[in-house]
Amino acid sequence: MNIELSRRGFLRLAGAGVAATSLGAMGFGEAEAAEAAHVRAFKLTTTTETRNTCTYCSVACGIIMYSKGDVKAGEKADLLHIEGDADHPTNRGTLCPKGAALRDFVQAETRLTRPRYRAAGATEFQDISWDDALNKIARALKDDRDANLVQVNEAGVPVNRWTTTGFLAASATTNETAWLTYKAVRSMGIVGFDNQARV
Amino acid sequence: MTETAPQPTTAAANPPVQPMESNLLPSDVVRASATPDLPQPTRQLTKIAKLIDVSKCIGCKACQAACVEWNDTNPAIGENTGVYENPHDLTPDMFTLMRFSEWDNPATNELEWLIRKDGCMHCEDPGCLKACPAPGAIVQYSNGIVDFIHENCIGCGYCVTGCPFDIPRISKVDNTSYKCTLCSDRVAVGQGPACAKACPTKAIVFGTKEDMVAHANDRVEDLKSRGYENAGIYDPQGVGGTHVFYVLHHADKPSLYSDLPDNPRISPIVEGWKGVTKTAGMAVMGVAAAGAVLMGLFSRNKVEPEEEIAAERLVRDREEL
Repeated sequence: MNIELSRRGFLRLAGAGVAATSLGAMGFGEAEAAEAAHVRAFKLTTTTETRNTCTYCSVACGIIMYSKGDVKAGEKADLLHIEGDADHPTNRGTLCPKGAALRDFVQAETRLTRPRYRAAGATEFQDISWDDALNKIARALKDDRDANLVQVNEAGVPVNRWTTTGFLAASATTNETAWLTYKAVRSMGIVGFDNQARV
Repeated sequence: MTETAPQPTTAAANPPVQPMESNLLPSDVVRASATPDLPQPTRQLTKIAKLIDVSKCIGCKACQAACVEWNDTNPAIGENTGVYENPHDLTPDMFTLMRFSEWDNPATNELEWLIRKDGCMHCEDPGCLKACPAPGAIVQYSNGIVDFIHENCIGCGYCVTGCPFDIPRISKVDNTSYKCTLCSDRVAVGQGPACAKACPTKAIVFGTKEDMVAHANDRVEDLKSRGYENAGIYDPQGVGGTHVFYVLHHADKPSLYSDLPDNPRISPIVEGWKGVTKTAGMAVMGVAAAGAVLMGLFSRNKVEPEEEIAAERLVRDREEL
C-alpha cells in the first residue's frame, strides 16, 4: 500500500501526533484501565465438602476435600482442592508440605489404585483381582506361619511368636479400626507390627 | 439472596462453599498504576497483614505447597543443585520461596540457620505500582493488598525495577507479571491466605494489621527474654510499612536473612523518572507547544512562487539523473 504523503504533510501529521500524546500525558483526556480491578473468582463456591483424614502419617491431620460434580446424581466428582480442617483438634487447619500437596497425590498418574502382583523372578507387575490378591496373601501367611511359628521358648513356656512376617497397617485409622487391626495381627502371633495404635 | 462476605480476621478458618458477595470490590481500590485521578473509595476496609515470625519457621515449605495448590500454578519439577531453595528463585509459578542462609554468629560462636519466607511484602507505598506505566495493571486496595490485574499488564517489567524487594516475575507464557496476591480471592470471602492457614508452626499468621503488630510485639518480648537482644519487627518505613512483615531475631541486621534489604526504598531512578523528570519533561513539552502555537500565529511561513519553481527544478533534475 502506498500513501501519497508530501514531506510537509508528514511533518504536519507527526506534529499533531506529538501534540495529542503530550496532551494525554499532561492529564487532559482520561487514560482508563481496560479492565476493572477484580480478584480471581473464588474457586470453592458450590463445591461439595468431604471431611477426611490425611493419609500420610500417624499424626492423622483432619482435611477437607472440595469436589465438583454430584456423585449421588450419577455424576463423576472431580477433586478440586484439599486443605486442612480448622475444626479438627489435631491440626486446627494446618498441614505439612506433603499434606498441603495432597491433591497432587490423589491425582498423580503413578498412584496405585488397584492391586498388582509381580510373580517371583518376573520383571513386570500384572493386575490381579482383590479376591485373588487376598487369597494369595492368606496362602503366603499360612505357609509361613505353619513353617516358622515359635510355640514355646527354650524354657518350655508357651510364647506363640511369629517373627518371620511383619505387618504394616494404615496410618490414619479410627480407634475401632486400630483395635481390630491390633487384635487380628497379635492373635496370629505377629511381632513385627506397626500401625496407628502404636502412636 | 447471598450475603456479603465478612472481612477476614484470621487464616485459621474453613472457607465457605455457599455463594457469597465479594468484599473486595473495584470501588475499594485506593491507588491504580498510571491512573492519577482515581476516585477515592467511600469506605475504608480494615487494614490486614501477614506476620512471618522467622524464629518459629522450621523451613518445611508447607507454605510453598499450599501456595501452589491454591493458586493452581503447577510449577514444573525442578533440579537439585545442592541448595535447600526449591525452586532456586521466585518464578511466575512460585509466588513464595523459603530462603535459607547459614550464619556464623561471632557473638556466640554458633552456626545459625536463618530461614526466611520470601514473597511480596504488599508495601503501603508500592514501588511496582509507581513504576507501572499500564493504566490499572497494578492496584492497591484499602485493606493494603497490592494486586496485579493481568488483563491490563503489558509485560514491560518496570514493576521488577520498581520493587525494592525484587519480587515480581514476568511469565514467558502470557508475558504478564506475577507475584503473591495475598490470596486476594480468599480475603474477598473473609478468609486468610493459604500459606498462613497451612503453616504448621504458626510462624505465618494473618489478621488485622493492629492484631498482628500486637502479636509481633509479644513475640519480640518473648525472644528478648530468651537472649535475643536484637529481636525486633521488620516493617520498613522506607516503603510506608508493609502488609507482610517479619519478626526477626536479628532485627539489627536484616541482610543476614538472604539479603533482606536493611533500608528498602523505591529506586531513586523510578522516583525521579515518575516524579521530577516527568514534571520537568511535561513543562518542556508545554513550553514547546505554546511556542509552536505562538510562532504559527505571528510568523506565518510563506512560500514565494519563485521558491516553488526552484523546488520543481530540483525535483526534475533529480529525475533526469
